[in-house]
Amino acid sequence: MAEAEGERQTLGGVDAFVARAKAFCERVGNATVSAISEVGLGAWLLFQVLFWIVMGRGRAQPVRIPATFERAMEVGIRALPIVTMMSVTVGMMLAIQGIYSLRIFGAEDQVTIGVAFSVAREFGPLITGILVAGRTGSSLAARIGTMRISQEIDALQVMGIDPIRFIVAPALIAMTIMVPLLTFWADVIMLAGAGWYVSMELGMSMGAYVDQIRELLRPTDVMHGIWKSLLFGVEITLVGVINGANVQGGAEGVGRMTTRSVVLSISAIIVTDMIFAFITTR
Amino acid sequence: MAEPARKQDDETQRPEGETGDGPVIEVHKLVTHYGERKILSDVDLKVKQGEVLVIMGGSGSGKSTLLNTLLGLLRPTSGTVRILGQDLHAITDLERTHLRQKMGVAFQGGALFSSMSVLENIMLPLREHTQLDIHTMRIMARLKLQVVNLSGFEDLMPAELSGGMIKRAAFARAVVMDPRILFCDEPSAGLDPVVASAIDELILNLREAMGMSIVVVTHELESAFRIADRICVLDKGKILIIGTVEEVKNCDNERVQNLLNRRTEEEILDPEEYLRRLTAAHD
Repeated sequence: MAEAEGERQTLGGVDAFVARAKAFCERVGNATVSAISEVGLGAWLLFQVLFWIVMGRGRAQPVRIPATFERAMEVGIRALPIVTMMSVTVGMMLAIQGIYSLRIFGAEDQVTIGVAFSVAREFGPLITGILVAGRTGSSLAARIGTMRISQEIDALQVMGIDPIRFIVAPALIAMTIMVPLLTFWADVIMLAGAGWYVSMELGMSMGAYVDQIRELLRPTDVMHGIWKSLLFGVEITLVGVINGANVQGGAEGVGRMTTRSVVLSISAIIVTDMIFAFITTR
Repeated sequence: MAEPARKQDDETQRPEGETGDGPVIEVHKLVTHYGERKILSDVDLKVKQGEVLVIMGGSGSGKSTLLNTLLGLLRPTSGTVRILGQDLHAITDLERTHLRQKMGVAFQGGALFSSMSVLENIMLPLREHTQLDIHTMRIMARLKLQVVNLSGFEDLMPAELSGGMIKRAAFARAVVMDPRILFCDEPSAGLDPVVASAIDELILNLREAMGMSIVVVTHELESAFRIADRICVLDKGKILIIGTVEEVKNCDNERVQNLLNRRTEEEILDPEEYLRRLTAAHD
């Protein structure tokens, strides 16, 4: 103790700065390396899932359809109430803000343009993605983390059951199917919510609103959002699985990694969203 | 399609330990590291057909690491683990999957899947590795539940079971494929003496009824002496002695005797020094 104290005192200002800078670089380096290795792990997981989907049956170890169906129920059907509620709210919010800002130009009746594009291209997939990340991504991380701690993953392995085939593949398949479907549902509900407010506020008939939407929205706009949501689904699953698999240190570890998985998957969704929009609109 | 191919495979290259009286497990010069730390050094071990081998040691002796390496969950730094004649860490994933169907494991905490009922847990290996229809699987799982004295609890969830019942269910799941080797991690840990003794009885019965080789990792002396044919004492990653119960009891190695007599190897403090440490009055 005393020696260390002495050593610390002999370090001059410059030395201390160099030491701190070195420690900082080390931290940044380590974080970068672990981030890159996590991305690599994600790619490997994706590859493994594809492998089991294609090769599983030949090896008499197929990805189980009932398990996938069960996951799909959990990811999709049971998320319907919350997605519906949030979609109505966001749709109305968009109509309110749209009418408010367009009133400056006296162009309130043009609100449909803004609502239609922003819902189909942005808000539908984004809000769905964030809700799914909070609901399913977190539960996936917590489930896998808890299974790891209670040695259930080990048990699967020693039984000759590949955990990726048994747990990850059904989850990933369910997400790639259900997140786009949920997004489409969210699109419809958001547009309906906005339409309801617009018809109330501007006295526009619901029929006229729907006609306007159908005239404005091309399939490519809707598909832009749907494709994006498919990416979100994959990202949420991979982030959840990787964080769950990295759980260490009991209940606290599960909590920490669950939080991390939600924060990371929402960040990933937002960044992907921007990149996807940038690439596809050029 | 894969089924006939697998059978042919088995017959053409049936490894030695598979049929003969050779050892079912053969560990040779096993070294394992955890990060920089060496956990196991030069462990040599053989498990014979039909015997109960108990791996004993205190906390941190490396017995869990040894078990995990035997199960193929941990890769050794060097050395080999041959199970039923096959090198566990050198074979392909597919071969390992087949090999693992001949191994059963009862984990310390049971490791039952919390989302499945007891019966579903026990049926899982059958479901994944056999083409049996659901009724046959149910019957087989029920039979195994009878073997472990857990009939009537099929439909309960793991969370509704007591500690002893979880252990029994874990045993039922471990033996549902009629494995050649059964591994048990701390079978009597956390159980009261009566239940623990019943679990010991169960292990002996399983060996009797199914003729399997059993590897038990434990630190409970009483249980070890009761069930073991041979005991392997592990300390700081090295094997101190492997021998019959008598041989181990009569061994004159000081560390073995310390373990058997529950003597601590930590320095014994005189009361004054102890008081000084408690009050943190250094020097």
